[in-house]
Amino acid sequence: MLIELFLTFFMVGTVSFGGGYAMIPLIQEEVLNRYHWMEASQLADIVAVAGMSPGPIAANIAVAVGYHQAGIFGAIVASLAIILPSLILILAAGKLFFRFRDNALVKSSFFGLRPTVAGMIIYAAIVFAQHSGMTTDFNWFTWSQILIFAGSLGALVFLRKHPISVVLISGLVGIALYG
Amino acid sequence: MNVKWQQLGSIFLTFLKMGPFTFGGGYALIPAIEREIVDKRKWLSSREVADMITVSGSVPGAVAVNSATFIGYRIAGVGGALAALLGIFLPTFALMIGLSLVYLHIKDNPKVEAAFLSIRATVVALIAYAAIKIGKSAIVDFTTGALGAIACLLLLGGIHPIWLVAFGALAGIGVVKLRTLRGKKTKLEEEEPVYDYMI
Repeated sequence: MLIELFLTFFMVGTVSFGGGYAMIPLIQEEVLNRYHWMEASQLADIVAVAGMSPGPIAANIAVAVGYHQAGIFGAIVASLAIILPSLILILAAGKLFFRFRDNALVKSSFFGLRPTVAGMIIYAAIVFAQHSGMTTDFNWFTWSQILIFAGSLGALVFLRKHPISVVLISGLVGIALYG
Repeated sequence: MNVKWQQLGSIFLTFLKMGPFTFGGGYALIPAIEREIVDKRKWLSSREVADMITVSGSVPGAVAVNSATFIGYRIAGVGGALAALLGIFLPTFALMIGLSLVYLHIKDNPKVEAAFLSIRATVVALIAYAAIKIGKSAIVDFTTGALGAIACLLLLGGIHPIWLVAFGALAGIGVVKLRTLRGKKTKLEEEEPVYDYMI
């Protein structure tokens, strides 16, 4: 279990270009489909909590998944795994980074990587949407979920609300609607 | 030896204090780093720090973690890197453990269950928002738009996400090469992409 935790998050740490949210598909694939560690709804809860607390979202998810699976020891193993690739890269390459960054090949690979990452994030949203009940039958629950989604997105994009406040307000809405 | 340990200790404490600032995400850390590392401690110049943060954004991993490690390394070698890393990560780690504990404790409460039923729809919005933000700087023309769509379709088709990273990098190199061959120029980067709190 600890080895699986380590391998999963080491892989996530190694390829995490473009911010933590881009890594959610990879985490979904390993945690849900490969190892069946938890339900999709539980992972969605973890992402919510991870998005609300300070620090990098992928690292937060690693800590929480590790903790759920194997307690404090699991959390430590998962954190080490996700941090180790950065540490190795920076210690190994050091000053080389400055030259490496201006390399034309590296620049053009990022040109392709960025839109790919956008596509990956959209996929992550689709997976969680499918499990949230937004795409099931057309009953009032589905509609309420779609409305909550649209309202949250609007608050983030147009009102520029911080994710913490959006999540907290959404929680209150949930208690009012479903409680 | 003693002086060395003292320096490592102060590197650790400096980054420990910055931990809470990562609330705004990796890039929210920049003003805090400038203030502590450049103005107060005078460990590095403002120019050096700016360069290191830029580089940290273009290697795998979280910007906050990468820049802390990099800056610690520049100040005091491997020991400095470890001290800075520990300092920046410890607060987040502790908080996440605390939140996980609370979540496990209360998740079966009917009120909390109801709250999370709604929050799960909000998580989809959070992720969609991340996609919109990165899409703005990444999807600049038809080709990049197509790349994004293909990536999403491949994943829906069941491809393991790890291949997508290789696919994106190779596609980028291919597209730029092809355009150069046809005598077209590709604007690779207009400005530094800002990912905000999502790193």
